[in-house]
Amino acid sequence: MRQLSHLQALEAEAIYIIREVAAECEKPVMLYSIGKDSSVMLHLALKAFYPEKPPFPFMHIDTTWKFKEMIQFRDEVAKKYGLDMIVYSNEEGIKQGINPFDHGSAYTDIMKTQALKQALSKYEFTAAFGGGRRDEEKSRAKERVFSFRNAAQAWDPKNQRPEMWKLYNTRIFKGESIRVFPLSNWTEKDIWQYIRQENIDIVPLYFAKERPVVYRDGNIIMVDDDRMKLQPGEKVENKTIRFRTLGCYPLTGGVESNATTLDEIIEETLSAVSSERTSRVIDNEAAGSMERRKREGYF
Amino acid sequence: MQSLLKFITCGSVDDGKSTLIGHMLYDAKLLFADQERALELDSKVGSNSGEIDYSLLLDGLMAEREQGITIDVAYRYFTTEKRSFIVADTPGHEEYTRNMAVGASFADLAVILVDASKGVLIQTKRHTRICALMGIRHVVYAINKMDLVDYDEGVYKQIVVDIRSMSEEYGFESLFTIPVSATVGDNITNPSKTMLWYHDKTLLSYLEEIDVSDKSSQDGFVLPIQRVSRPDRTFRGFQGQIEVGEIHVGDEVTVLPNDTAAKVKSIYNMMEQVDSAVKGEAVTVELDREIDVSRGCVMVRDIKLDVGKMFTAKLLWMDDSRLVEGKNYYLKLGTQLVPAVVMHIKYKLDVNTGQRVNAERLFKNEIAVCDISCSDKIVYDIFSNYKELGGFILIDRVTNMTSACGVVEHPLRREGNLTWHEMDVSRELRAKQKDQKPKTIWLTGLSGAGKSTLVNELEKRLFAEGKHTMVLDGDNVRMGLNKDLGFKESDRIENIRRIAEVSKLMNDAGLIVLTSFISPFVRDRRSAREVVGDDSFIEVYVATSIEECEKRDVKGLYKKARAGEIPNFSGISSPYEVPEHPEITIDTAGQTVEESVEYLMQEIRKYV
Repeated sequence: MRQLSHLQALEAEAIYIIREVAAECEKPVMLYSIGKDSSVMLHLALKAFYPEKPPFPFMHIDTTWKFKEMIQFRDEVAKKYGLDMIVYSNEEGIKQGINPFDHGSAYTDIMKTQALKQALSKYEFTAAFGGGRRDEEKSRAKERVFSFRNAAQAWDPKNQRPEMWKLYNTRIFKGESIRVFPLSNWTEKDIWQYIRQENIDIVPLYFAKERPVVYRDGNIIMVDDDRMKLQPGEKVENKTIRFRTLGCYPLTGGVESNATTLDEIIEETLSAVSSERTSRVIDNEAAGSMERRKREGYF
Repeated sequence: MQSLLKFITCGSVDDGKSTLIGHMLYDAKLLFADQERALELDSKVGSNSGEIDYSLLLDGLMAEREQGITIDVAYRYFTTEKRSFIVADTPGHEEYTRNMAVGASFADLAVILVDASKGVLIQTKRHTRICALMGIRHVVYAINKMDLVDYDEGVYKQIVVDIRSMSEEYGFESLFTIPVSATVGDNITNPSKTMLWYHDKTLLSYLEEIDVSDKSSQDGFVLPIQRVSRPDRTFRGFQGQIEVGEIHVGDEVTVLPNDTAAKVKSIYNMMEQVDSAVKGEAVTVELDREIDVSRGCVMVRDIKLDVGKMFTAKLLWMDDSRLVEGKNYYLKLGTQLVPAVVMHIKYKLDVNTGQRVNAERLFKNEIAVCDISCSDKIVYDIFSNYKELGGFILIDRVTNMTSACGVVEHPLRREGNLTWHEMDVSRELRAKQKDQKPKTIWLTGLSGAGKSTLVNELEKRLFAEGKHTMVLDGDNVRMGLNKDLGFKESDRIENIRRIAEVSKLMNDAGLIVLTSFISPFVRDRRSAREVVGDDSFIEVYVATSIEECEKRDVKGLYKKARAGEIPNFSGISSPYEVPEHPEITIDTAGQTVEESVEYLMQEIRKYV
């Protein structure tokens, strides 16, 4: 009898998790961040229920500072697969003019964490899929596949429910919710290899191309629109860069690269000298910053 | 095609698990450069010396770094040229046994660390037991800190002998021992330069090569149904992950527990329509006819599974609140979720020694063998045959906590099986539900001896300890139940009879009853004992002397009795017969109420 390859085993595990949520949870949603992990998760959801469509909506938390190409990609994908795609922004934050240049970490909190909490409460979702992987960061390495949030949407890392074999306990009280991470056991390399194997569409920003950038605090920031305020001494240059992770353009550092195909990206990933989260500006703040953020409700 | 090895590391607190894995990742240059930088940075603030502390790579939670211990499972991912690895680093502390079990349930192999300077400890035994319980069939004992015993081969060999005798009972498929030093790096990824007497593989090369593939029989076919997909009227597919064997289009299958047959019409391996599918694959199966299939049903071909309500299982209790016999839990096995009851704890297993211990209760991190009864028939197999068909969890229906995990040992199918529904809710079960032994604590003594005061204080104390109690005294009995009774002899006997009968009923309901009546005659107390039952009747003689009682004379009754105003007053105008063999005797003279109550509680605890 044939045995499953490493990627097939990961795929089957993720699909089992996704189906388990669809079968047991009252009102699930799949968070869609437009990044490569979300693209893989969406692909798995399509596969899990085929020929049926995924029996839950998708949701994008739009900070209004995402790369233009991301938004375009999102709309195309939703149309192509006929997805129920909810787009939510923190309107209060927009009114107050919260932006990544002037408000620093408060921006991430208000436009991402708070927006997500508002959206989950507004639609009363009881379970939300996220594309988080345990290889990304140390506190994530300790999070269960089914991660519980109390009514204030906070995570208690010291008191996680035991998760035995693949017997997930999905029972919650009203007001509580579950974050579910079907890609928990995938690595960055697995993601890329799977994207290649399955020919999954991803945002073109992942591929190297000449783009207008500035160098700021050791990061390469792309000037995606004219809201980008230049600091004294900065000038916009055209560089061949690509992104290993996608988010809000002013907070997402690119890397100089000539990788224009998936094979080249995979080769670059295998010989990587820095893990992908270095290019996220917020993670560098302080040891334990991710755990603190997660306890407060960040995905 | 690269294979994946999921393994765990365990060992006691200072055995150096995190250091070992940290070192393996570091040595194999598997660290991404910035994590390495963060490690050096963390290390400066996190450890006492300036050297790199490899364990900081894994102990991710802030609470853990503060306490310097690993409290939850950390998962790490690395790849060598030969294999992909997922390693679950698990806590060693007994307090976090359940977190260790979480890691073990996920793994195919365990690396158990043993401190060479300490040898096989109780923890080593406990970890081995939990690994075996959760279904791990392959173990590696890494005898660590060889540098502390001067790399002595004799020390190593003695530990190996101890390990082999300790783990004999589990019958592991493979067992490997290796001398290492995690801090120095001997035999982790590179052969030791000092232990030249060791010629076998390094830890990493052993892990790269060991075959852990599932050896259970793959004849037949099992598909637990996760979900029924019904996008429109024309399609009805059954979704799930194949747990045993393979399936082909055209195969004749049976759906349990209903035992209805059908033929496989089509198989989707995710988006692809295929002719066959094998163990591990997530499929959608269409059948050729409409039969009743829902989530929790199990599709099978050519395999014998058990279908029933009752089985014996080994449980690992994981909840802060203890196991209650007779309490209703949810049991989740595969995709089945049913109400279930732990009917009976057969015995507890000492986690450290494996000895069987009689027990009525089960607390966090303890293991016991129990009989379990489900409210509906479920489809299952013995855990040692198939993990996925014999492993289950119990969920508390009030707190939603995952209270326990368990493995089915064997079905219970005695002829004329007492099923839960046919069983009476008995006195015993009611008592167990309340976690107490129902007793009638019968206080006897002269008027003014302090019975009522004691009974009231005792009830408060018992109540505070979570006991379920009821007091019967002159106040609540005379006014209602016995208000038709006077003071003549036949009435006095009837009074005691009724009190005894009510006490018995309350004992049957599981309650601890405290009575406060003078009950001066031996024959009355004896008949009360007969009604209540000798095992349940605790006679407490409040032996305060008549002089002391008369001195107190709280209600002025002695004065009236002496004046002849009260006929048949016990101790004055009627005898008080001192109990010959009371279970407890107390003289309150010269004691405070607290002292008396303290003494009585101490005595009563022996019975309830």
